Amino acid sequence: MGTDPQQAAGKPAAKRQFRIWRGDETGGDLQDYTVEVNEGEVVLDVIHRLQATEAPDLACRWNCKAGKCGSCSMEINGKPRLGCMTRMSTFEEAETVTVTPLRTFPVIRDLVTDVSFNYEKARETPAFAPPADVAPGDYRMQQIDVERSQEFRKCIECFLCQNVCHVIRDHDENKPAFSGPRFFIRASELDMHPLDTRTDRKEYAQSEMGLGFCNITKCCTEVCPEHIKITDNGIIPMKERVVDRRYDPLVWLGNKIFRRGQVPQTSATSGHSSGAVTSGAAHGGVHSHAGGSHDSGAERQAQQGVNWQREVPHPTAPAVDSSGKLPLTELTFDRAAAPSPFGDDVEFPLPAEHLNFAHPQQDEPKH
Amino acid sequence: MRARAAIAAKTLRTDRWWLAPLITVVGLSAWVIYATVRVFMHDFYWVADYHYLTPFYSPCVTERCVEGASHFGSFLPGWWIIPDAALTLPFLLLFRLTCYYYRKAYYRSFWLSPPACAVPDGHDSYSGETRFPLLGQNLHRYFFYAAAIISLINTWDAIYAFHSPEGFGFGLGNVILLVNVVMLWAYTISCHSCRHIIGGRLKHFSKHPVRYKAWTAVSWLNVRHMQLAWITLGTLAFTDFYVMAIAANWFNDLRFIN
Repeated sequence: MGTDPQQAAGKPAAKRQFRIWRGDETGGDLQDYTVEVNEGEVVLDVIHRLQATEAPDLACRWNCKAGKCGSCSMEINGKPRLGCMTRMSTFEEAETVTVTPLRTFPVIRDLVTDVSFNYEKARETPAFAPPADVAPGDYRMQQIDVERSQEFRKCIECFLCQNVCHVIRDHDENKPAFSGPRFFIRASELDMHPLDTRTDRKEYAQSEMGLGFCNITKCCTEVCPEHIKITDNGIIPMKERVVDRRYDPLVWLGNKIFRRGQVPQTSATSGHSSGAVTSGAAHGGVHSHAGGSHDSGAERQAQQGVNWQREVPHPTAPAVDSSGKLPLTELTFDRAAAPSPFGDDVEFPLPAEHLNFAHPQQDEPKH
Repeated sequence: MRARAAIAAKTLRTDRWWLAPLITVVGLSAWVIYATVRVFMHDFYWVADYHYLTPFYSPCVTERCVEGASHFGSFLPGWWIIPDAALTLPFLLLFRLTCYYYRKAYYRSFWLSPPACAVPDGHDSYSGETRFPLLGQNLHRYFFYAAAIISLINTWDAIYAFHSPEGFGFGLGNVILLVNVVMLWAYTISCHSCRHIIGGRLKHFSKHPVRYKAWTAVSWLNVRHMQLAWITLGTLAFTDFYVMAIAANWFNDLRFIN
């Protein structure tokens, strides 16, 4: 921004009309701005120019300016978009560009909203559950098996899909019962994952995440900046998997004849109704990041190279809030800075002697 | 609990978001009206010379049916309220009604829930497909099985129609019937339920290479499910109209052989 705009761009800078929602939870309105726009700029650039000139107190969340961090989600001319990925050249010269905060979430100030809803839903979604007898580091899977899950890993958590979904956008009362498209693809990702061992994800998606609320009108897919086929590859396959379990007579008959797919009773099928689940990573007394082991055999092995099973003592528990969980944001916690999920006595980078990898010559003197 | 941003306008979209739902309403309504008129016309569905049978009357199972059109017998009474293809039409209707594409289309355009993305829902409350009757959308797979069987019957109709009073025959009507059947198969196979049954339900593609190939092919078609949904509406109506026109002698079939 320091360079002369006339020099930086091919065309001279033009003045363009903007309407930006200013306010907070007590109220607000659309305010008009006339601002300079240069060739090649995006909406976020213009917002930065406004902050640098006539509206220094305009609040906006942003980070990477490359469509990869998912911070600058906003609604531009009524459409949920990333500010950094919406080119000014897509608008007419005389067009007024209206920028508002995400509608579905509570506003903090101006264009910044409180997206805690999504972090709460993330916490309720059961985690990856690898087989108990395979140590981390020994996971092996084929590319074609894990490909479908990988599409969903492109998600940058901009929450545009959560924002556009009419189930909660237009009906706030559905929020407790509905996790939203971002977490449906999380459920699909794990249900399709070759190494995930949980068998109750389908029941869980239907009974606890509110998969049935979705009426597949595909707005989540339309707004996804990563072009993930949320509906076709995530939600519909998940709905079909639920049908497998609940409604399909041929699958039922096949399972009877070939005695496959015996479903164990799970928390989701046994009628419990709490939204939250306990973490899938109940590893007992092992923590792989810090300290020395009490097992001399594992300790010797660790000295020879990698040993993922090396037992190490627990670090102190992470600082949690009144609900017994890590606070979602700094805003809702009583301490400065985010608490460490690893425990406050664990430092990064980890001390070399506490790693599960030992270099064969680590004890020899350095040059 | 914090409040949402107080934005007065219901939607700030400036593009013509109402155009797509409008086209859907016009297109689907026109088709349903045409189909309803034809189904209760009880006439002009069979061309005896060339064995052309319109898909709207296949297979013809009421007492009213002419000989030749009813390969499965005519065992239902001939009341005007009973469609002549009473065994197949309800399943085809339900197959399309529960189709994941049509659901999107009519939820948006007829039910306004929502009419377009980031445009408010037209209703005060919303429970989606969590309870009766919309819970029934989960039956899509049954109707897919039925539609696959009906596609076999339509295929037989198209083959049976290579006929003329002299024996074998081939005309423009055959081309139309064939194109219709190919498109019907493409629409049926591209169904999301089919994609799931063929391979989508597997956890390990590497253990099922043949099903993985089949799944890949169905996925390729599945991307085009919307286009195929509209194309088949077009080919069905056009095929029916052509057979009606030939049966009613509005014009003659263009014959290539006999």
